[in-house]
This record gives sequence, structure tokens and C-alpha cells, in this order.
Amino acid sequence: MQHAIEHNHSKHAADSHDHGHHDQESMKVLGFWIFLVTDCLLFGTLFATYIVLKGHVDGGPTGKELFEIPGFVAETFILLTSSFTSGLAVLAMNKGKVNQLIGWLIVTAVLGASFVGLEINEFVNMVHEGATISTSAFLTAFFTLVGTHGLHVSVGLIWMIGLMVQLKMRGITSVTRRKITVISLYWHFLDVVWIFLFTIVYLMGVM
Amino acid sequence: MYASIKSFASSFFVTGDPLIYGADVSIVLTSIAVLFVLFYFKKWGWLWREWLTTVDHKKIGIMYLFASLLMLFRGGVDALLMRTQLALPNVQFLQADHYNAVFTTHGTIMILFMAMPMMFGLFNMVVPLQIGARDVAYPFLNSVSFWLFFFGAMLFNLSFVIGGSPDAGWLSYPPLSEMSGSPGVGENFYIWGIQISGIGSLATGINFIVTILKMRAPGMKFMKMPMFTWSVFSSSIIIIFAFPILTVTLALLFIDRYMGGHLFTMDGGGFPMMYINLIWMWGHPEVYIVVLPAFGIFSEIVATFSRKRIFGYKSMVFALLSISILSFFTWVHHFFTMGSGADVNVAFAIATMAIGIPTGAKVFNWLFTMFRGRIRLEQPMMWTLAFIPCFVVGGATGVMLAVAPADYQYHNSYFLIAHFHQVLIGGVVFGYLAGIYYWWPKLFGFKLNERLGKYAFWLWNIGFYVCFMPQYALGFMGMTRRVYTYGWDMGWGPLNLVSTIGAFLMGIGFVFQVWQILYSVKYGERDTTGDPWNARTLEWSIPSPPPMYNFAVVPVVDERDSFWEDKERRDFAPAPPVPVSKLESIHMPKNSGVPIIFAACWFIAGFGFVFDWKWMAFSGLAGVGISLLVRSFTYDTDYYVPLEEVIETEKAAGRAV
Repeated sequence: MQHAIEHNHSKHAADSHDHGHHDQESMKVLGFWIFLVTDCLLFGTLFATYIVLKGHVDGGPTGKELFEIPGFVAETFILLTSSFTSGLAVLAMNKGKVNQLIGWLIVTAVLGASFVGLEINEFVNMVHEGATISTSAFLTAFFTLVGTHGLHVSVGLIWMIGLMVQLKMRGITSVTRRKITVISLYWHFLDVVWIFLFTIVYLMGVM
Repeated sequence: MYASIKSFASSFFVTGDPLIYGADVSIVLTSIAVLFVLFYFKKWGWLWREWLTTVDHKKIGIMYLFASLLMLFRGGVDALLMRTQLALPNVQFLQADHYNAVFTTHGTIMILFMAMPMMFGLFNMVVPLQIGARDVAYPFLNSVSFWLFFFGAMLFNLSFVIGGSPDAGWLSYPPLSEMSGSPGVGENFYIWGIQISGIGSLATGINFIVTILKMRAPGMKFMKMPMFTWSVFSSSIIIIFAFPILTVTLALLFIDRYMGGHLFTMDGGGFPMMYINLIWMWGHPEVYIVVLPAFGIFSEIVATFSRKRIFGYKSMVFALLSISILSFFTWVHHFFTMGSGADVNVAFAIATMAIGIPTGAKVFNWLFTMFRGRIRLEQPMMWTLAFIPCFVVGGATGVMLAVAPADYQYHNSYFLIAHFHQVLIGGVVFGYLAGIYYWWPKLFGFKLNERLGKYAFWLWNIGFYVCFMPQYALGFMGMTRRVYTYGWDMGWGPLNLVSTIGAFLMGIGFVFQVWQILYSVKYGERDTTGDPWNARTLEWSIPSPPPMYNFAVVPVVDERDSFWEDKERRDFAPAPPVPVSKLESIHMPKNSGVPIIFAACWFIAGFGFVFDWKWMAFSGLAGVGISLLVRSFTYDTDYYVPLEEVIETEKAAGRAV
């Protein structure tokens, strides 16, 4: 048995030398998946709060009066498209085409930025109509939930720009590959959250 | 100019209380003394290289441990202030508002800044060693977590000399904690102090889940993991599901306070009970987060000091995991009196009582492990033995509280206070102290003095019962929590006096422990074997203190307690040294200054938000963003420890030839 252990050990040692770096990168992706679990809970808690407080309009405007259908439909299509283009970016990465990868990331980031722009525009319009964060419990919950998603997208944009620079500097390596994998997970995740926002906040709001 | 400075200072600094002035003086003097020592002995470089920038889990664990002991001191002083105020009827020692601040900070500090970091300290000190790993999964993130905790704790503690402490209870229930009830900055300190350290806790949860999933020594299957590792795994799972709720809840409260929101206010359609539901959806799992690792510690200690395998390993694992799931379905028992109706209350009452089943199974397993074992009464085992009866009583009163109709009588009374102190001190504090005594020689290379430790043990234990048994009775006599004084006619005087005496006994016990640590640094029994307790798990197979890379040769495991089985096979002869040819250069992470700067930027941002100084808040946030980008652009993050260095270290420890 002692012999077997030694055999295993030397095999393992060889593995850790050859794949040490690779293991670390895949471990970081696993950690990011778990982070997404926690982010899911974060949004889940915000959704729960929103649902509980949806009717608490305190005599102020309701969702039906405030939400503009063309606005949130446009936001939805833009964000869904950006999720698609971030998928194309990963495909380009898998083919090893760094310029194509950066190109699709730029498209993704531009779409993301237009999404954030539309959302800010929506918020500004609501505030002009007198529907501010301090108008009612419903509006506090609304701005918090939708704003948290928008903040996530904005942080993702800065992050994505940082990664494009790194790709330009270093090309596709095991490290940059992991980083792109992670941000595309993040981006798809935000898209999934938006589907729920679209359904629960906007569609059920205007119904 | 002078007048404006004076008016700023009088609102910025807490004034008017001689106790606080005394604290101011001692803070200034201590800071000067620390700075003097660092400059005089030219220790800045050493401090920066060896500690502030370290990513070594052992050093991070040690920093967690000492920070948490410091917080235990602060929270303990709060406790003694309260007990002094309550010792006799109509005492004028503290004013009512000061008393409110003291009970608030006592609770918050003890749970979030004492129990949590002490637990993370034990995670860090033990888990990688126990699973045969060279570090945690993300050493850099680990350092980030520590510094976030540290700066969060500093921000929270600052409130008592600057701006004013929070005083709306340890969970800051609205509407009292809203601007209408607490217009000062105290609640802002509360929110930001916890928020910053909470992000760190969440990251630690992720870190240890991945560490345990991915970094175990080859051959260590799940059902061969040591019990402490299992308990850390269960606790980390609760962390990742519970802490996001806390983050959101505090953020929502801040939105109410800072942006004029109406989530939990009394006007504008706000719904304060929503906050109370949310905070307990974190708060109840939180108590299991801190107690499960204590269970793990007891399992290790009972097995080692009974010289037997743990009884019922599989049922222990099952109990840990079922507690971690059940813990999410009990939160309403904190407010049965909310009036959510009999059906809801019954569901939560049953879920609460159900937790008693796996917990009871664990208690029996510990007892059966001891049964016919060869028990040695060393310090870790003494704390374990003290824990069992204490926790059984605490658990039984918990089941009493879980009976929803009866809870209408106990709710918010001293009966409740006695109950949760009994499980938190008897379970968590005793557990962590047992763990500290047990693993201290591993981390520091010497044992803690036995004689002083026994004094501390008996002071703590006798003090505990003297302090809290009267409180059960006081609860039945109608004394409610958070009262700052009471009249002679209530008849609560004698029992309160007894309780205060008990609290001071525990305080003296703590002083003995500090003395014990200082004394043992010089005179403690050195551990040259690496295995001072004749223990069973992998951490004891390496020298004490372990080399920076922990394991020169990654161990291979083929059974439970494999270190013990190895020792038995060679009849407890010393392990043969490893031939040099088996050694190799070792891949390790590099130190980094980013985590401490990143966390300091959070501190600046938090402080800015507390006082609504936007320039400061946003420059802090900008610093946070820049730190992240700097890290993202850093590719040179690891290195190889040269083979010669490994050989030299191992030879010096007599472990290689």
C-alpha cells in the first residue's frame, strides 16, 4: 500500500506542476459561480421587498401610470442582444481570434451603455413627473430594485473595458480566457435578472 | 473661525460623559504608544511585509484571532457597564441614552465583530492544514476579507468617540432606526460598519466552500473529511445564502435614511415588519453560522482526548447539513408576537423544534465517543465537557421559547436573554475557546499554561451560571430586556445583584486568559513534536508552527483520521524523514498591498456616507474602483518557493534527509 501511495503521490506532483495554473483558473470560475448564487439571493431579496411593497403607493402614482411600454421593451431588446453578442465574443475567443473577440466585446459594451442610458432617461422622466424615490414605499422599492440592476450593468461596463485593454496587451492566455469567461457569465446573469424585472416589475406593472 | 471649529467639534466628537473622556484619553495614549514602538524599533517595514500585506492563511487567522479578542474585550466592557447599571435598583451610573448605546454596541460587537472573526480565525488557522492544502482557494481574497472586517469593525467602534454610537438595538429595528427615530449618525455607523465587514464575510464563505471542494489532499473523499472541515463547509453554505440578505436589508435601511425612502417608515406606505422579517432571515441562520464550527471543534477535541474515533460520523455530517437547511425556516420565531396568525406561527415553531433533533443527535454522539474512551482532561477537553450540560440547558429553554403560545409570555423578557446567552456563550464562546486552546500550539509552537487556564476555566464557568441562571427567574418575574433601571418595589434587586457578580467573575476569567497568553509566550511548554495532543488529523503531521507552505509533500489520504491510522501502523514511532529527492519547488501566492488599501478606501467611503460628506464618500468609492482595476491589471501574482529553501526548511525541522 505504501507503494501505491508513493505512486499516487508522484503522479499528483506531476499533475500539479503541469496543470497548476490551469487548476487555479478553473477554480476561480467555480468561485464566480458561487458568487452568482449570492448575487441571485441579493436580487431575490430585492424582488421580495418589491413584491411586498408593490401596492403601497400611498396615494402616489402606480406602475401602470408610470411605466412607458416602448421604453422598457427597447431596454429589453437591447440587453438581450448584448447577451447574444457577449456569447459571440466567447465563441471568437474559443477560435483564438483576439481582434474579433475585442470587436464583439465593444458591441456588447455599446449595447450595455445604451441600455444604461435608456434606464437613466426613464428614471429622469419619472422624477420629472414627480415620482421620486421618496414618494412612496412602492417607488423606493422600484428604484432600488431596478437601480441595483442598472448599477450591476454599469460596473460590468467598466470591468469589460478594463478586460479589453488587457486583451490588447496580452492576447488570449489562460488568465484572460478565464476573465472573459467570468464576465460573460456575469453578463448573461444580468440578462436573466432583467427577464424577471421585465416580467414582474414592468409587464405585471402595466397589466 | 474658533467658534465654528468649536461648534463642529462639539457635534463631531462625543462630549459630556466622563467615561467617554476616559476612553478618549486611553485611545490617544494607546495609539501614541503603538506608533512610538513602531518608530523606535523601526518595525514599519516588518509590519508591512510580514502582516499587513500577507496572504498566508495562518497569519490572517492569527490577525483575526487577536482582533476578535480585542473586540471581546470591548464587548465585555459593554456587558460589565450594563451589569453595573443593573446591579441595584435606581442606579445612576449610566444615563438612559448611554445605556441604549451600550446594549446596542454590546450585541453588535459580540456577534459580528467578536464571534464572526474568531470563527474566521479558526477557519483560517485550521482548515487548509486539516485538508492537506498549502493555502486557501483564493489567498488574495482572503486578505481582502480580513481587511474589510478590520476596517468595518474600526468604523463601527469609532462611533463611540466620534459622532455618537448607534442606540436602536443590535438589529436596529425601524421605525426607531429611521431618521424620524434616530436622526444622529449612530445608525449610519451601524449600517456601514456591518456592511463593509459583511462583504468580507460573504467572500470568506465563498473562499472556504471552494477550498474544501477543490483543495483537499488526494484521496480525501467527502466522507473522509475531518468533522471540523465538515462544520466549516456547512457554515460556509449558510453564509453564502444568508449574508446577501443582510447586505440588502442594511442597504434598504440606508436608502430610507439617506435618500428619504419609505420602505420601513411609518409614513409613505412603509412597512417596518418587512425589515424585521428580512433581518431575521439573515439573523437566525447567523446563529447557526457561528455555532456549527463550534460543534466541529468539539467533535475534533472529543475524539482526540478520548483516544477514539468520533462516534456516528455519518450522522454527524447529516446533522450538520440538516441544521444548515433547517436554519433558514425558523426566522419567525423571533417575533411570534407579530401576530402573523396561528398557522404561520405553528409552522415556524415546529421547524424550530425540529432543529433540536439533529442537535440532540450530536450531543449523544459526543457522549458515546467519550463512552469507554481514555479521557484526558486537558484544557480543550475541559471546555468541551463544560459545554455539553450548558448547551443542553440552553437548548431546552430554546424549545420552551419555540412554543409559540408560551412565547407570548417569554418574549423580550430576561428569560430570552438568559437563553441566548446560554447557547451563545456555552456553545459558541466555549467552543471557540476550546478550539483556541487546542490549535494554539499548532500556530504558535507552545501550549497555553495549564494552571492559569484552569483558573480562567472555573471563573468563566462559575461566573456563567451565577450570571445567567438568575436571569431566567428575572424573566419570569417580569423583567424585560433593555430596561436601564428599575425600582425597589419590583423585587428584582437581589437576583440582579447576583447576576452582576457572575458577570464580573467571567470578566476576571478573561483577564486570567490574557495573563495566560502573555505568561505562556515566555514560559509556555514548547511543542517540538508538531503533535502535542496525540491527535488524529493532518494538521498535526507537520511542525508547529508550520512552514509557510504547510506541506512540503502533499499528503495522500486513504481513510478517515488517516494521520492517526498512520501513527498506529508504525506503533507511534516518529514519522520517518522524507528523502530530499521527493521535495520540489512550491507554487505560492505573492503578498499584496492592495487588500488593505482597498479596505481602507471602503472605510473612507463609509465614513463619508456616515457624515454625508459627499466629497469623501465618492473619493473613497473611487479608491475602491481603482484598487480593483489595479488588481485586475496585475498578472505577476505568484511565485515558486525555490527547492533549496524547501530543503533547508525541511532539514532544519528534521523532516528531510
